[in-house]
Amino acid sequence: MGARVITITSGKGGVGKTTATANLAVALANLGKKVVCIDADIGLRNLDVVMGLENRIVYDLVDVVEGRCKLRQAMIKDKRVPDLYLLPAAQTRDKTAVSPQDMIALANQLRGDYDYILIDSPAGIEWGFRNALAPADEVIIITNPEAPAVRDADRIIGLVEAEGRKIPTSLVINRAKPDMIRRGDMLSVNDVLDILSTPLLGVIPDDEQIIVSSNRGSPLTLDNQKSPASEAIRDIARRITGAKVPIGELERKKGGLFRRLARLFRRSRA
Amino acid sequence: MDDSITLKGIKEGLLVTVKPDGRWSDLTGRLITLIDGQGSFFRGAQVTLSLGPRELRRHELANVRKQLEERGVILKAVLSDSDATLDAARKLELRTTLHVTELVEEQSEALELRPPPIDPEEYGSPGVMVKRTLRNGRTIHSDGHVVVVGDVNAGAVIVAEGDIIVWGRLRGIVHAGAGGDESAVVCALHLAPTQLRIAGYITISPDDKQRKPRPEKALVRNGRIEAVAWE
Repeated sequence: MGARVITITSGKGGVGKTTATANLAVALANLGKKVVCIDADIGLRNLDVVMGLENRIVYDLVDVVEGRCKLRQAMIKDKRVPDLYLLPAAQTRDKTAVSPQDMIALANQLRGDYDYILIDSPAGIEWGFRNALAPADEVIIITNPEAPAVRDADRIIGLVEAEGRKIPTSLVINRAKPDMIRRGDMLSVNDVLDILSTPLLGVIPDDEQIIVSSNRGSPLTLDNQKSPASEAIRDIARRITGAKVPIGELERKKGGLFRRLARLFRRSRA
Repeated sequence: MDDSITLKGIKEGLLVTVKPDGRWSDLTGRLITLIDGQGSFFRGAQVTLSLGPRELRRHELANVRKQLEERGVILKAVLSDSDATLDAARKLELRTTLHVTELVEEQSEALELRPPPIDPEEYGSPGVMVKRTLRNGRTIHSDGHVVVVGDVNAGAVIVAEGDIIVWGRLRGIVHAGAGGDESAVVCALHLAPTQLRIAGYITISPDDKQRKPRPEKALVRNGRIEAVAWE
């Protein structure tokens, strides 16, 4: 059996894939899981920066695939958590240096020794995305509550479906702003789910601390801070491990008694 | 000059020879165009189809017969080298030789008073059935109708020569009657397409988000596309 290979992707760039991958990896490792992160964004690697492991890279994914080093030599251990490793992307090559078959072989080599393999997919729907998707047992789609991001997520879900392997897909809505949703200025969680009809894995509220932590190379989930985003990510990690953690804090905060009554009334009429 | 279909007058009426290669739906389309192009010239004609080795199923023959009938043209016989096609023709009570035609012809003329037989079976028209949500980036083309059980999301495209029925939300781009059929319709439980086209007409959804969605049907009326309640 071995590891579950989870690919994290979005279609659109800049929705927070890499940050979410880093934070989820740390959160899973903190739950006592053995975790590897693979940065599949060859040529535009970032995961190492967000995880704060940039200065320890010697070999990378392309070196492994092309046989210049052993897989273990390229894996960087994050010393701040028990069992977390990073397989960094190459910076000087482009996505065609690796094939989907290479990625499947690589994941299979790692499966035996870990609980979770998280693959950070590049944006877009081309080669790099294909590479990231090839070995996936599961796919997590990250989106923002904004029409362009949701549009791209829809496209990506369609492509994952078209893969024909019936890969379970779930959705994380990142950068939700409860007050904007309340004012009707942002798509609500339900609006997004309505369009994407994909199971919801979690909602991460917009949080300035995320930017700070990315700049520092110290994922928010690392030091168990009480920030809203890190708590949401820890919840998502627990859901990934199978724990029943209710979703909906964000939704429940939305509106007071009157609003809830109004909603109830609308529903009963519908 | 396209020679995939040739017409020739014979004693029994009109002999239509269809070349054995090419897509059947294209060829029948061409035949119908040919007939339509001649106005009422072929009205009342008795047609014998000569198909060579082409294999056709019963509904395909039934379809062409129906299309011919709609134009007042009677399909009498089918000549074929394929047993399957001959079998299909016989099941539709079409003749399969020219010879016997004459003999039977006399008989049937003697029994003129008998009402035409009622065919209890329907053969339907071609179409595509999609039982899932069509997501952004998906395109469906059909030379018949398209039925979607699920949503059609923004960014998905459906182009059909016939009707388009969506049992769900329609938010993508649809083109019904793409071959020019202005009687084509678009129906959806929630009709909110990015763009809707019927034959040569084009429209966008009105901007009334507040309205409660209801099943609607879009059709061409008075030279423009209108949406009415779909009941």
